[in-house]
Amino acid sequence: MKIVETAKIAEAVCRLALKAGVSLTADCKNALVAAEKDETGAAKFALSAALENERIAAKERMPVCQDTGMACVLIELGQEVSLSGMPLSDAVNEGVRRAYAAGNFRKSICDPLTRVNTGDNTPAHLHVEIVAGDGVKITFLPKGFGSENMSRLSMLTPAEGRQGIVDTIVEAVRLAGSRPCPPVVVGVGIGGSFDSCTYLAKKALTRPIFSHHEREDVASIEREALEKINALGIGPQGFGGKTTALAVLCEVAPTHIAGLPVAVNMQCHCVRCAEEVL
Amino acid sequence: MKELALPLSEEEKRSLHAGDCVLLSGTVFTARDCAHKRIFELLDADMPLPFSLKDTFIYYAGPCPAPAGRAVGSCGPTTSARMNAFAPRLIDLGLGGIIGKGEMSEEVAAALVRKGAVYFAAVGGAGALYANAVKKSELVAFADLLSEAVYRFEIEKFPAVVAMDCHGGSVYSRTTYQGIRSGRCPSE
Repeated sequence: MKIVETAKIAEAVCRLALKAGVSLTADCKNALVAAEKDETGAAKFALSAALENERIAAKERMPVCQDTGMACVLIELGQEVSLSGMPLSDAVNEGVRRAYAAGNFRKSICDPLTRVNTGDNTPAHLHVEIVAGDGVKITFLPKGFGSENMSRLSMLTPAEGRQGIVDTIVEAVRLAGSRPCPPVVVGVGIGGSFDSCTYLAKKALTRPIFSHHEREDVASIEREALEKINALGIGPQGFGGKTTALAVLCEVAPTHIAGLPVAVNMQCHCVRCAEEVL
Repeated sequence: MKELALPLSEEEKRSLHAGDCVLLSGTVFTARDCAHKRIFELLDADMPLPFSLKDTFIYYAGPCPAPAGRAVGSCGPTTSARMNAFAPRLIDLGLGGIIGKGEMSEEVAAALVRKGAVYFAAVGGAGALYANAVKKSELVAFADLLSEAVYRFEIEKFPAVVAMDCHGGSVYSRTTYQGIRSGRCPSE
């Protein structure tokens, strides 16, 4: 049994949050550079501003976007690990609390009814998967709500099949239009249950932009949906153009014989994600 | 690129067309969801507002806290569509215009035409870049709302695109996304 102090997890969450908040992933930056070359007019203007913003944020350690997000923390916890110290969720929240204060990040979490701000961006959205081995992999995804608000879940029928899945993904992006800060990255969950399907969609957003699903039938859905989305013409910031999405990333899980859940989790063009293994 | 000083004259507003890229300087007031709700409560109760709406530009934004030595932290625009329910009444009360991001409703478009106001889109996700364009920041009202409070910003060379103009033009027109190509932008 390997013993891991949860205080170390708090430190790691803090480190990851501070890193993710002020930088785009390398893949995201490369995708924006390529898209900027492809666009003209207001769309090019918007992408140039996004790239200039990335340089300023990295140099001055300022948040890339003022929406420093809901703290989504995905932990893959090896089953040979024994956690010691404060409860895991307290440790994760402590890491978030420290990072959002130290980094001058916006505190964006509030009560859903009274709208009173919790003041420290907690609680984090923590998801733990128990996996084989003795590692603790922590992924920090600060999720802005301009894009989160444009996400949706469709409970398709099995008869709708592959075509229904592609249409659902493309329609979600069309309906979102300019609002989620395109070019977007589209995280898609296919299968599972009402709730696990949405988690698959979120988890898909932690994959590198230029990756493809290992199953060819799933990768072909990613390719077809991306092509159709970029034919919509919405473009960067909705200003019109060729680049409406940078990537479509799908994750799949077995589902019930009666169902075909499809969840679409929208991510803006500021892909901020950091991970570490303890 | 066209440089504009806020507030805008009627003539300046009429000269703007959807798709034009501009640099804005002058005074704006931040307000987003909760601040709008408070402003509407004051209007409904016939109480004075914390700032005059006449010719004013509202910036839909909720900034990050200011680091030492800076006027403000990261402060890009938030999604304007959430303010669709609020914007027409404020425009009718004399608001000069709005800065935000993303499409707004037909009702907002009609109010812009009716009153000769303009809606500028800032670039979403460019928070650090916009922090550099804010030279002064002062808390004006609703301090308890934290980042959602109303702040007066003095902005300088703040990059934006005319999103919806006072002639009914929109950069977001769903059927004519190509319409944007008539805009005057640096690369064209």
